Amino acid sequence: MSTVNRREFLEIAGAGLLIVAAAPLSDAQRGGGAGPLETRLHIGEDGFITVLSGKIEEGQGALTELAMAAAEELRVPLDRVRMVMGDTDQTPNDGGTSGSGTTPRTAPLARRAAATARDLLLAGAGRQFGVDSARLEVRDGVVQYAGKKYGYADLARSPELAAAYHEALPANTMVTPAKDWQILGKPQVRLDTRELITGAHRFPSDIVRPGMLYGRVLRAPSYGAALDRVDLTEAQKMPGVTAVRDGGFVACAAPTTFAARKALAAISATARWKTVEQPSSDALFGYLKQHARPQERPQAQGRGSVDKGLAEARTWLKASYQVAYVQHAPMEPRAAVAEWQNGRLTVWTGTSNPASVRQQLAETFGIAPDRVRVVAPHFGGGFGGKHTAEAAGEAARLAKYAQHPVAVQWTRAEEFMWAYFRPAALIEIEAGLDADNAISAWDFTNYNSGASALDTPYRIPNTRARFIASDPPLRQSSYRVLAATANNFAREAFTDELAATAGRDPLEFRLFHLDNQRMKNVLNAATQRFGWVERRKKRRRGTGIGLACGTEKNSVVAACCEVEVDPASGVPRLIEVVQAFECGAILNPANLRSQVEGAIMMGVGPALREEILFKDGKIANARFATYRVPRFRDLPKLDVILLDRQDLESAGAGETPIITIAPAIANAVFDATGKPVHAMPIGAPRG
Amino acid sequence: MATIRLSVNGKARSVDTEPERPLLEVLREDLGLTGTKYGCGEGQCRACTVLLDGAPTVSCVTAVGAAEGRKIVTIEGLAEGGTLHPVQQAFLDEGAAQCGYCMPGMVLQTVALLANHPKPTDAQIVEGLNGNLCRCSNYHRIMAAVRLAAAATGKKG
Repeated sequence: MSTVNRREFLEIAGAGLLIVAAAPLSDAQRGGGAGPLETRLHIGEDGFITVLSGKIEEGQGALTELAMAAAEELRVPLDRVRMVMGDTDQTPNDGGTSGSGTTPRTAPLARRAAATARDLLLAGAGRQFGVDSARLEVRDGVVQYAGKKYGYADLARSPELAAAYHEALPANTMVTPAKDWQILGKPQVRLDTRELITGAHRFPSDIVRPGMLYGRVLRAPSYGAALDRVDLTEAQKMPGVTAVRDGGFVACAAPTTFAARKALAAISATARWKTVEQPSSDALFGYLKQHARPQERPQAQGRGSVDKGLAEARTWLKASYQVAYVQHAPMEPRAAVAEWQNGRLTVWTGTSNPASVRQQLAETFGIAPDRVRVVAPHFGGGFGGKHTAEAAGEAARLAKYAQHPVAVQWTRAEEFMWAYFRPAALIEIEAGLDADNAISAWDFTNYNSGASALDTPYRIPNTRARFIASDPPLRQSSYRVLAATANNFAREAFTDELAATAGRDPLEFRLFHLDNQRMKNVLNAATQRFGWVERRKKRRRGTGIGLACGTEKNSVVAACCEVEVDPASGVPRLIEVVQAFECGAILNPANLRSQVEGAIMMGVGPALREEILFKDGKIANARFATYRVPRFRDLPKLDVILLDRQDLESAGAGETPIITIAPAIANAVFDATGKPVHAMPIGAPRG
Repeated sequence: MATIRLSVNGKARSVDTEPERPLLEVLREDLGLTGTKYGCGEGQCRACTVLLDGAPTVSCVTAVGAAEGRKIVTIEGLAEGGTLHPVQQAFLDEGAAQCGYCMPGMVLQTVALLANHPKPTDAQIVEGLNGNLCRCSNYHRIMAAVRLAAAATGKKG
């Protein structure tokens, strides 16, 4: 039995709540799908609407988008909507927040729930007035009839409507078409901005509980090192310190971070480790190839016969591309606060997957999942790097031993070394051109990094695109748009090599091979704004221009850029970027613009400089001073074009806009130097 | 342990603690001012920026003892009553926040920048804020917010 109570809910939803979930949600109710209206929407006596979603906010704008979606369908001003997100006791399980899924899958649920509530109000009002409800309409959350006003709170008082509230969302609810939108489609500054710029918002690392201690965990000095022995005596003598060892888990908690750090230093001084040999980044790409597992999980796409296509080609070209390991390095490192009360565990943590973290915690501590509540407050950035439960588990274990709530926030060094990485990639491509200089065969193999955007969007009669897993030397997992960045980098850089071999302009060469009209549209929009055709004619020494396009997650993107290459060092500097992006009907143009601009700039990092270096099981550049993420100085002249396709379903946009910047820069460097680029980061010293 | 007297956001505060503790941790853990953020603990990301006698200072590598007798302004001390500081208002109007974790440091760094350069050039903005990291990389929008803040402050002044 869940213990979320009305009081706790009211703290969040505000006073005067009229409709609450009458019974605690069962896992079946929480588990995906539309579920009954009551799991998604609550109507307050004060007229405020509370929208619930298991999705989380990490800066991508989901909170505002879902609030806008509900306000649109309910015909209420946006400031009448409150959001409750990412709380396993209160919100439906909408799955993890990843894969640009909130816009295409969760926003429609919020719209359907809100439209259902609106229809219920109208139907109830129709019955009450004895008129056809089709003759009534909601404005500002109110139905007017014969000089009287009826709001959602009035609706909720009717027992028959309250009963409808427990039923599953009807599948056929009509939502408002894009052409009639009053709130969606209009630029809206994110609703959480004020709290963020005043410091009022409580990030996971800002949560404070009564009697809370600060925890620190002993980490191995290198990957694969096993703890041989350790002595907790000195740490345990320190005032207020709890030091624990539980198998390989050694940690301490203290009244301040300062005291916890001192206690951990005392523990660490006594620790002895058995280390094992580890691969290094010097030999990374050979290692990935040597450890490839082609027999496992082969993922291949294609058409025609690559062998036949290559055999019949007039010209052949092959190249190998390397993409380094990179770290997400979100501004807020992993953080969690855990509290045990009467055998029930509550954890506040920065995770994009609260339901999965809840399950993991329940398994770790051998308790029923409904004894665990995971709350994910809006956290300080994830980019695909916070799907896991590390800090949550550590805080919960420490809290159990210390019998106090415990906060664990990873240090930056821990985040760099122990968080998972974006996989490195080795990509091999071989292609052939026919007598007309069209691509007739395309053979593409990604080792280690993944199958996203694996297949070519170009019209080629014979293709094979494969992903082959390897034994990765580092812990690796998802990063914004997964392997689509690596695959698009290699494909688009190689496409320029083919265009050069064919003696054709990169834009013309792409348009010739494209059938996807949406891709052509963004290419045309970006190149026209950039002045591609004119600028190809006026070349300046030491500079180059390049373009790239791509598609993933049902959105399309194209970028043009100009670089200047330092003649002495060969290091490129980004001068200008024009990017066009289209993701169907735009829900919040202001947030979309910010997402696209941010994605471009985030992508500049791994394109130009970011590269995790490792040796002897240690990260050699686990600091912001040595692992150089983008800064203000890296800002080019930046122009973003958003194409609004109200006739298409809205696609998510937090990821795809990152996939073009690296190949566009690579192609501009190729243009400037005549030397093709085969590695990300571009022009950074190796090793 | 020592008794350290601090002036924080115009109020006299007193803490009994080790003088070598980072100011960041004392603000957050002893004074409950969690608006100031831990980002790296090495003064390399400026998420922990506060103003010390008006100068932007990385509080993660500043000992609390060294802040004694100086005026500390944190993000919580900028808005007066319900009225946002003009820099905050510009950041709000421009939608400068994505995850927002860097925002307190960005806002305070901008306040200091505009105190020195009321009408900054873009180059001065870049130099002034270059040490402040934003991993959402929303730099373009933050630049626009700083320009807006400068314009708004200029009109008032």
